[in-house]
Amino acid sequence: MATEFHNLQELRHSASLANKVFLQRDYSEGTTCRFQTKFPSELESRIERPLFEDTVKRLNIYYAEAEKMGGQSYLEGCLACATAYLIFLCMETRYEKVLKKIGGYIQEQNEKIYAPRGLLITDPIERGMRVIEISIYEDRGSSGSCSGSSSTSGSSAR
Amino acid sequence: MQQLGVAEPMRECEYSQISTRSSTPMETPYKKRTPKKRKWQAFPGRNKFYCNGRIMMARQTGVFYLTLVLILITSGLFFTFDCPFLSVQLTPAIPVIGGVLFVFVLGTLFRTSFSDPGVLPRATPDEAADLERQIDVANGSSSGYRPPPRTKEVVINGQTVKLKYCFTCKIFRPPRASHCSLCDNCVERFDHHCPWVGNCVGKRNYRFFYMFILSLSFLTIFIFAFVITHVILRSHRQGFLNALKDTPASVLEVVVCFFSVWSIVGLSGFHTYLISSNQTTNEDIKGSWSSKRGKDNYNPYSHGNIFTNCCAALCGPLPPSLIDRRGFVQSDTPLPTPPTNGITMYGSTQSQSHMAAATPLMQSEPVILTDEASLPGRTSLGGPCSGALPLGGQPTPPTSTPNLSCDNGMLPLRNDHSEALHHHHTDGVHHHFLTPEEAPSPPGMLPCGSPLGHSHTIQGFYNPASQDSLHEDSVRGLVKLSSV
Repeated sequence: MATEFHNLQELRHSASLANKVFLQRDYSEGTTCRFQTKFPSELESRIERPLFEDTVKRLNIYYAEAEKMGGQSYLEGCLACATAYLIFLCMETRYEKVLKKIGGYIQEQNEKIYAPRGLLITDPIERGMRVIEISIYEDRGSSGSCSGSSSTSGSSAR
Repeated sequence: MQQLGVAEPMRECEYSQISTRSSTPMETPYKKRTPKKRKWQAFPGRNKFYCNGRIMMARQTGVFYLTLVLILITSGLFFTFDCPFLSVQLTPAIPVIGGVLFVFVLGTLFRTSFSDPGVLPRATPDEAADLERQIDVANGSSSGYRPPPRTKEVVINGQTVKLKYCFTCKIFRPPRASHCSLCDNCVERFDHHCPWVGNCVGKRNYRFFYMFILSLSFLTIFIFAFVITHVILRSHRQGFLNALKDTPASVLEVVVCFFSVWSIVGLSGFHTYLISSNQTTNEDIKGSWSSKRGKDNYNPYSHGNIFTNCCAALCGPLPPSLIDRRGFVQSDTPLPTPPTNGITMYGSTQSQSHMAAATPLMQSEPVILTDEASLPGRTSLGGPCSGALPLGGQPTPPTSTPNLSCDNGMLPLRNDHSEALHHHHTDGVHHHFLTPEEAPSPPGMLPCGSPLGHSHTIQGFYNPASQDSLHEDSVRGLVKLSSV
């Protein structure tokens, strides 16, 4: 785990940022948090569509879970009101718990799928939940198309 | 194994550190010396922060202190002068219930006033550039004096809703969000800006606001009723005038409560209606979902029944603050710098190569970035921008002045697109209702100013001093709300 993260940092600091793609929010179901699953054209050469769509769909599911209005959230809300919201000094809200889960999921996706392809997903919470920002990196010494081949040649050397 | 394979060829190519970090080597030692700033210190909106970012309020807090003083004095007088008599004559439960109500009122007041109402952080420069690119593609790149308005249409549960572009925050506002001109922030599910609470009322603090006015109604009625009871009980023994002489404080309490009851109870009733129909004050004032607009007009956000709407508004999940005010400013996080003398500047430390690849709108930024030696954006504005400002300012046609003001939403004088309605409750409870300003066509690319100068010009007309006086005028000149 430590070496993988170390390499994510290296990716950020040693590769050069070529472009950023922004996935906007999908408001067709109201104000609940959902992101568009449309596959951006800039990523066509970098990542397979099903992998990408899977990630976004998973994120949407997590956000829906955070904002779900069911028995548990009502209970939490009533309990909080009854304790004059002091209870939040001790425990974190369900929303915050799910956000932590999302942060972990994005980290894992970055390490396993996106960083090896020269991509990086930024957690939407750092962008005000407006966009999913995907940074596209490329090697300085080679063009964009070569970065894919250098990673594959590197992996084949192993 | 795979990761090592990726790392090795990159290391061989000797990447320079300049690309993704702060630009000049000179900058880095300086940055090491400066202590890390917290994000609230670099916050671009017009908010005040206390307790190292834990407390967040609007800029004008005078009326909030008035509210606090009124509540404290009236309750204090009640507990000191009326409660001893009443607890002996009637029941000691009276001060207890009064105490509970009082604590609840203060708690909800502080929670409403001090918390983040749901401020949307401004777009990072990359996001803004990306949006600009998309807008240009959508509208065609030719820009006359009046390019088409920047709106996006979205269908929500069958209703077509227009999303407007906010020029200050450089984002398309989510549905139900609005830009508060007093706080200069876009707020999610913006209800209104309440001077009495000293903050905007939005998604994150609406339930506290509602609890506050509800409990304050109960407290006011409670105090009013029991003070009257007290005076009546005393006058049975001593006669009315003697009773008043013995408890002069009661007179003051009755007067304050009498005038407050109408407005506060009325307001509670109004907000109960809003909650049960899942509307914001904005939407209700504009009649966005009223059936008068059309047969098929309905509220797409309503859950269908009153109970669900109430539960959702009051007991639903509370989203966390998006602005992370106590976090530290990362050197590689692009942050819009706070306005200095009304000029907003985006101090990004992103790679120069990326900037060069960005749209023409941001082309001037690399120039300014390299001038930045120290604080992001603050001191470097002198050179390039002062040149742009007067140039950009002069050729602005008078017709675009409403557009400039709509950027900040500050001038209530706009006639054609102005939707700033002011409501004044009968007895002095003003709520500065700011409906979302329509975004009419933005001023096009000004011929001589750089595109960045274009945005500067918009902000350059933002003069804090005149804006404050305008705001004061608009707060003073309120229209009575007859319906409540």
